[in-house]
Amino acid sequence: MTIARPTDLTAALDAMGGLPGADLLAGGTDLMVEVNLGHRRPEAVVALRRVAELRGASVSSDGLDLGALVTYAEIEADLAATAPGLAMAARTVGSPQIRNAGTVGGNLGTASPAGDTLPWLVAMDATVRLASTAGTRTMPVAAFVTGPKRTALRPGELISRIIVPAVEGPQHVAKVGPRAAMAISIASVAVVVDTGARRVRVGLGSVGPTPLRATAAEDAISDAISWPDLRCSADDAVEFGRRCADAATPITDHRGTAAYRRHAVGTLATRALRRCLAA
Amino acid sequence: MTTDPSPDPYAITVNGTTQRVPTSWLGESLLYVLRERLGFPGTKNACDQGECGSCTVLLDGRPVCACCVMAADAVDAEITTVEGLPAPTDVQQAFLTAGAVQCGFCTPGLIVAVHDLLERAPDADTAAVREALSGNLCRCTGYGRIFDAVRSVQAARGATP
Repeated sequence: MTIARPTDLTAALDAMGGLPGADLLAGGTDLMVEVNLGHRRPEAVVALRRVAELRGASVSSDGLDLGALVTYAEIEADLAATAPGLAMAARTVGSPQIRNAGTVGGNLGTASPAGDTLPWLVAMDATVRLASTAGTRTMPVAAFVTGPKRTALRPGELISRIIVPAVEGPQHVAKVGPRAAMAISIASVAVVVDTGARRVRVGLGSVGPTPLRATAAEDAISDAISWPDLRCSADDAVEFGRRCADAATPITDHRGTAAYRRHAVGTLATRALRRCLAA
Repeated sequence: MTTDPSPDPYAITVNGTTQRVPTSWLGESLLYVLRERLGFPGTKNACDQGECGSCTVLLDGRPVCACCVMAADAVDAEITTVEGLPAPTDVQQAFLTAGAVQCGFCTPGLIVAVHDLLERAPDADTAAVREALSGNLCRCTGYGRIFDAVRSVQAARGATP
């Protein structure tokens, strides 16, 4: 095996060019599990954690520019005010040990249906910046994740930054798992109440091959909310959950049945909306 | 700007001492290298998938699962294992006194995690302690005596949780 340890983006892309098919290593919490369990034996690894252009987060009036290497622990500590939903999602990831290592770029790159940051990223209409020797391109996170653990990433490309537009208004992220820590989600939701656009946006996780938007639910609840005082009726909140459940396309696996996931995601959606609206 | 072309053997710094890693596959985890290559058996291997916390070490001062670190990517990091703590520490003594050790397999990881917690948050309340140790699984004690041990260290150090 060969390992490259570039310290800047140019060197990282050069290393990837020189090592076609190399596995990209960030926090290691996904890749090393596969290696340890014998599911993957890399011939080459490009270790990204020293690459300056992938680090750090900057906040402006436009929104959040999140380096791929930002860890869940950094999100919890530094971005709770800027990106409350993302911080809530980060707090549910694994354990403190995992949150110290795992990165948001890794969460997106792995593209697990259960990826904890993904519902929030799609609800926020976040975009991902992809770098290669040919330059950079940007696409919505919702388009980037094409299937379970599948993305639109091309050979020679890496995730450099995630761009999240600024949205005014409350947000809430919640998930269901066997316990409150170290749990892979069985169902999750991110609800964003965009008071500027008077629009509720919702991302669903672990209930489809990719994170899903529930647009019919968004349309109905956005019309139902009384925006000046941010309220809706109890029936409207329940109906929102029902429509989110309808939008889900869950499967049955060892973590839960499709029926349970559909029920859980609806319940979570209603609950998350109530938290946002204090209703 | 450097692209370091696979130095094999490489060297890592464990408990303040830089050691070359003898012939090994470059993809080995830090956990494997600590135990099997460098002779630090205190870091335990239970799950090998970041679930149990038995292999908790400090990497540049932050607790991580050594099984999820590629050792060859840790060449410029400061690694502290349970052997690097000035034994017996007050945390270790408190675990013994409280009976927080049964089979002992989770204990080194917990000792490292508790040291880190009480460094960063000496006055951590019960909820913060439980959260900080949520990634360290113990299948023997039921955790009660582990939390007792943490509280006794806090008391002895004059903390006010």
